[in-house]
Amino acid sequence: MSILIGGDAGQGVESSGGGFALALARAGLGVFATQDYRSQIRGGHNFYTLRIGSEHDVRSQERQHHLMLAFTPETVEMHIDALAEGGGVIYDERLKIDADAIRARGFHAFPLPLGGIAQEAGGSRVMINTAALGAAAGITGFPTTTMEEVTRENFGAEIAEKNLVVMRAAAEMTRERHGEEFRHRLAAVPETGQQLLLAGNQAFAYGALVAGCRFISAYPMTPATTILEWMTAVDPSFGVVTKHTEDEIAAIAMAVGASFAGTRAMTATSGGGLALMVEAIGFAAMTEVPVVIVDAQRGGPSTGLPTRSEQPDLQFVLNLGHGEFPRIVLAPGSIGQCFEVAWRAFNLAEQYQCPVMVLTDSYLASALRTYPADYFDTAEVVFNRGKIVAGDVATPSGNDGLYQRYEITGDGISPRAFPGNPHTIHSVTSDEHTEAGHISEDADDRVPMMDKRMRKLVTAQADIQPPRVFGPDVADITLVCWGSTYMICREAVELATGRGISLNLLQFTDLWPFPDGAEAALNAASRLVLVEQNFTGQLGQLIRQETGIEITERMLKYDGRVFNPEDIIDHVAGATVA
Amino acid sequence: MTTETRERIDISMFEGHVKPTWCPGCGDFGVLNAVKGALAELGIAPHEVLIVTGIGCGSKLPDYMLAYGMLTLHGRPLPFATGAKLANPDLHVIVVDGDGDAYGIGGNHLIHTARRNPDITHVVENNQVYGLTKGQYSPTSEHGYVSKTSPRGSIEQAITPTALTFASGAGYVARGFAGAPKDLASLIARGIEHPGYAHIDVLQPCTTFNKINTYDWYRERGYESDEAAGVSDRTAAWDRVQQWGDQIPLGLLYEADPPNPTYEQQMAALQEAEMNPVAGTAEHDPQDPRYDALKRRLFS
Repeated sequence: MSILIGGDAGQGVESSGGGFALALARAGLGVFATQDYRSQIRGGHNFYTLRIGSEHDVRSQERQHHLMLAFTPETVEMHIDALAEGGGVIYDERLKIDADAIRARGFHAFPLPLGGIAQEAGGSRVMINTAALGAAAGITGFPTTTMEEVTRENFGAEIAEKNLVVMRAAAEMTRERHGEEFRHRLAAVPETGQQLLLAGNQAFAYGALVAGCRFISAYPMTPATTILEWMTAVDPSFGVVTKHTEDEIAAIAMAVGASFAGTRAMTATSGGGLALMVEAIGFAAMTEVPVVIVDAQRGGPSTGLPTRSEQPDLQFVLNLGHGEFPRIVLAPGSIGQCFEVAWRAFNLAEQYQCPVMVLTDSYLASALRTYPADYFDTAEVVFNRGKIVAGDVATPSGNDGLYQRYEITGDGISPRAFPGNPHTIHSVTSDEHTEAGHISEDADDRVPMMDKRMRKLVTAQADIQPPRVFGPDVADITLVCWGSTYMICREAVELATGRGISLNLLQFTDLWPFPDGAEAALNAASRLVLVEQNFTGQLGQLIRQETGIEITERMLKYDGRVFNPEDIIDHVAGATVA
Repeated sequence: MTTETRERIDISMFEGHVKPTWCPGCGDFGVLNAVKGALAELGIAPHEVLIVTGIGCGSKLPDYMLAYGMLTLHGRPLPFATGAKLANPDLHVIVVDGDGDAYGIGGNHLIHTARRNPDITHVVENNQVYGLTKGQYSPTSEHGYVSKTSPRGSIEQAITPTALTFASGAGYVARGFAGAPKDLASLIARGIEHPGYAHIDVLQPCTTFNKINTYDWYRERGYESDEAAGVSDRTAAWDRVQQWGDQIPLGLLYEADPPNPTYEQQMAALQEAEMNPVAGTAEHDPQDPRYDALKRRLFS
């Protein structure tokens, strides 16, 4: 079942949706919730969708919705075509919404005195959203218990009580008036046990914390901001320094400074902020200071589509910076994968002493999904800091010149040491340098040092994961994707199974260094379909660059709105028929 | 470190392995000696110091002495240094950069570091010209200054750096002279001792590309500010930090009394945690049950 809540910005669409999602999760239902909004505080149509089902049913949103909570007439106009058969619309009877027109389309119209209930039962029309949620509970038979719990947490005691009266009154009236008309039901599933409900940004931030990240400096930029916010909200006893900086240049510089001092550090931004960080990312690569950088992508160029989801930055992060330097690029595909990619990113950054860039996007960063409480298991987290000089070894004195920060090694990795250690005094520089770290423009220093840095990427292949296959091992059609389109493609693979379509999926999480196993995996497929949310098919470009394989069948989308799983099915079903 | 060990620290311990590439007579020599002298005076050992620099002749300083060093990007040493300081507040962090770095390309960081007040000492080698790029005007070049990018004379007003940091909230504002390295060492040492951001603007002649603002030019105009009259009164300090031209005050121009709280002192994560970020990562255990408890509490 899918529910859509729509209204103007400022009408509480997101808070209603978020509260409802949490109530459903606590009732043991699986939820996938995503919102569609604009870069303005008030006005403009916003909507929130909640897909509800069993735990395994919630990998992405779906195209059609069964119930709509319309806070504006515009909501009905914009979304009525997306109502599923037997669907219904709940709205305040004072709104200029034509019930007959809705019914003429074969849907249910549920005009209710939502504002009136809010006014009468709670004393203010402000609680109209609460009345709408109560009505949604009433029409679906969903018990209001967990909704009441969430309401109590979200409001002060006095206001919460008023809201609860409104919610119950609306639920009761809806049951009485329309209880028998709507056939889609929502029942609590108590045997589910405790569930988690979180977004990709939270999963990443939590993964970073568990990975030992103790420093984040960032400048607010949608859709990355909540990573900084979440880390800042963590109890100070965890000792995580969080810094909202004056700009993105300061953000990356502080993270690199902190990492040089010896802590695990990160920054998070979106494409525009990343553009400002580019020079300092090259500095981190040159000085071999580990750093993790999240690019939560949105539509570009320039300010682009601030609140919309796209994947336009893959080629940017693969190529950003002047000069040539090693980097590692990862892209989690789901909220669950954000956690694992987070702790892997910190290990890889320290093991290979280079920038690790993580690509997410607006959809992945913000969508909420339920997971069982034992998911995001810390027991699986590996903590590997790579080569670090122990405090008491190395050399007897700091000025005997024996510690060489950039010692030429076979694997390209030179043991790091941190300020404060009396045995390893050294400086690092943005210039090309000697093994001891002193500035040098000599070709005899340049070439071995360049080779050493670039050699790290060869060594890193040992820790790079090849693309993974989901669905049947062998299929007529293989989707190829990276990042958040995984959630949609994965769901499409499930839908295909039910419809007798032979479809599987090849997902890249590790994009650079380009995984050794990728070429064989691509060659094993009979027909490849590239699915990306950008104009140029950037993974396709990368694959062709690295393997010579050109994927000619492409589903590309750059309108800032994500694919629906059914879009993929339509495409491949059409392709199959053709 | 014990007092006895501290007493054994002298300036020779900071001797580097690389010979400076500065021009003969360059003011940077004076700054290098002053930085080393200040550290020796305070009994700070080389491994306890991190010197962060920008880009320019003077920013090569860490290459020419023994201490932890980070030669960073043009204009960016302040945020690099702030990151290191917040990660390990036990380090003595000194930033050395130039007028192009601090007052030009990195001006935004200067303002925000001054108001933020991390315990960082900031020495700006202000030669009023771009030397490493061979002679263009800088943010502190006088109106009318003739250079390769201002052949008809600069048509911009010069920044008065001490006024800028004072107005931005700095708690320690001073001006030194590279031609008087002992006085400069003392100003730097007091800046290190000052809890919080300390700005030391240094008149530092570029003997090759600035034929106007020479040692003699500065000597004729510089005068020792009367510290005995008090340095913490903001109204009187406002006159001193703005003064420039025929009379240029040297020495400590302003120091907040009592000092403003530092950023580190106010940051809960540094005050309430058992370990600073560097120790926190070093001692980290991902399987610590606190993480699982946090997950269940925050996400359900």
